[in-house]
Amino acid sequence: MFEEFLEKRSKKIRRLFEKGKPLERLYPLHEAMDAFLLTLGTKAKKAPYARDSIDIKRVMIFVCVALMPCIFMGFYNTGYQIQMAQGEAYSFSGCLWLGLLKVLPIILVAYMAGGFWEVLFAVVRKHEINEGFLVTGILYALILPPTIPLWQVAVGISFGVVIAKEIFGGTGMNVLNPALTARAFVFFAYPAQMSGDAVWAAVDGFTRATPLAVVATAQKGTSAVAALTEAGYAFKDVFLGFIPGSIGETSTLACLIGLIFLLVTRVASWRIVAGCALGLTAMSSVFLVFKGENAIAFFSLPVYWHLALGGFAFGSIFMATDPVSSSATEQGRWIYGFLIGVLVILIRVVNPAYPEGVMLAILFMNVFAPLIDHFVVRKNIKRRLARASGK
Amino acid sequence: MTQKLLSKANRRIVKDGLWDNNPITFQILGICSALAVTVQLKTALVMCAALTFVLAMSNVIISLLRNMIPSKIRIIVQLSIISSLVILADQFLKAYMYDVSKQLSVFVGLIITNCIVMGRAEAYAMANPPWKSFLDGLGNGLGYSCVLIFVAIGRETLGSGTLLGFPVIPQFLYDHGYVNCGVMVLAPGAFFLLGIIIWIQRAISGYTEEQ
Repeated sequence: MFEEFLEKRSKKIRRLFEKGKPLERLYPLHEAMDAFLLTLGTKAKKAPYARDSIDIKRVMIFVCVALMPCIFMGFYNTGYQIQMAQGEAYSFSGCLWLGLLKVLPIILVAYMAGGFWEVLFAVVRKHEINEGFLVTGILYALILPPTIPLWQVAVGISFGVVIAKEIFGGTGMNVLNPALTARAFVFFAYPAQMSGDAVWAAVDGFTRATPLAVVATAQKGTSAVAALTEAGYAFKDVFLGFIPGSIGETSTLACLIGLIFLLVTRVASWRIVAGCALGLTAMSSVFLVFKGENAIAFFSLPVYWHLALGGFAFGSIFMATDPVSSSATEQGRWIYGFLIGVLVILIRVVNPAYPEGVMLAILFMNVFAPLIDHFVVRKNIKRRLARASGK
Repeated sequence: MTQKLLSKANRRIVKDGLWDNNPITFQILGICSALAVTVQLKTALVMCAALTFVLAMSNVIISLLRNMIPSKIRIIVQLSIISSLVILADQFLKAYMYDVSKQLSVFVGLIITNCIVMGRAEAYAMANPPWKSFLDGLGNGLGYSCVLIFVAIGRETLGSGTLLGFPVIPQFLYDHGYVNCGVMVLAPGAFFLLGIIIWIQRAISGYTEEQ
């Protein structure tokens, strides 16, 4: 009954958007809303939409589902940090509510501003609106500090969508991950609102250094773990995510739950995630082994802390595995992931200007992903040519 | 040789450098100085004037000498002419606009290595009469200037909130939390704006890179 009614209405509305009708130019908008509410009656016409029974819509919605634990933790932890800064008693629902008030506007603004550009380009270029933006919008919101002014949220996502994606031809053509590019833009454009000790808890005038900042500013020759303990950071809190940081990335546990979902549904590449972890482990072990007597404190940070701290879990699980901007060959994915891990540690430990390096590491490797693929494919061609010519 | 000084063909030469064959947006030359001097509009304007002067004059002189320059050492001859002109411009700036000259630092001197100047000398002045070469130099210089001025206006208003040193962003915006965009003061800001200008120009002219 209800379905029939919906379908009838939809057909009636659809007529308004057909060729020659007054709303013809807004067809992509109608199409997107329609596909959102009802199943699509038409099939995908061009690759890479259809491969197996999985399509771009399902992939994107699966990523959104995988992000649910992170979103939930984002709400909760944002509220938790506020209550902690104010020194109030903690209540579960109170934390959640405070966080919701703070984070929801950021998510909404990210979706509205980015969605505006998506629709504009779809209408001008006369193509359909892709579900990819659902993921970009939420990923971007989750990697911002909770105190960011809303207009900066809008400026950032506009840059990400237009410069990182649409200029290159839209969904599937981008070299860089749009959400990360948007964050990088805001990071360099408005450093006062994106870094430092005052931006991580949504309380005016309250400052608390993030764990990575604590380690970065610790005295030379001291132990990083001792500095963290002194600042009040226990490993349990870091792993569970009750620390100041960007909205959705603090909880390694929530990211891991998302990872399990992504791996079971085979949406994310396990090779990339494993490569990232391996690269990070290798590089931080090298620093651990070769740290001198009077090395910077970061050298002495154990591997499991590196894995849990900062945006590494979130970045390697949700951002590095972006199917468009990552490597596409199996070998290439190992190399791509491994180098991300190595770069994260290099930027974190050796570069004093940035206590965190996940964003820059992933963007940097995004640029190299096609090159890695190129060499992997070339190698394969060479190997098969040799076999075919019997040498 | 009975052509009028500003005949249609000659006007076409100027327009070519301004739009169809713009040295920055079409030939992608002179990017280095376009990034370096566009943080403020003032320095950009002075740089544009210096480059246009050098470009037009070097084109004229090289064109006058074009039949006398032995082709084997033509680059050396061109370079010595261009560098004499650059030194002239540099000394002029030092004498009359000392503070701007200090801000521009090496970039006036680096006009010598600016690809646009060498490029026009090689590609145009060596094969065309002086008046046409002058127009070509002028057109290319102005084409370069237009792009630089647009980039500089964008970078100074967005990056510092001023234009030629005067504040242009109203105070109440700052009171409501507006912050200058730090990226625009850095070199990437110039790249973004240049990219957008190239995008707009190509969207209008319909030009696409050949496959």
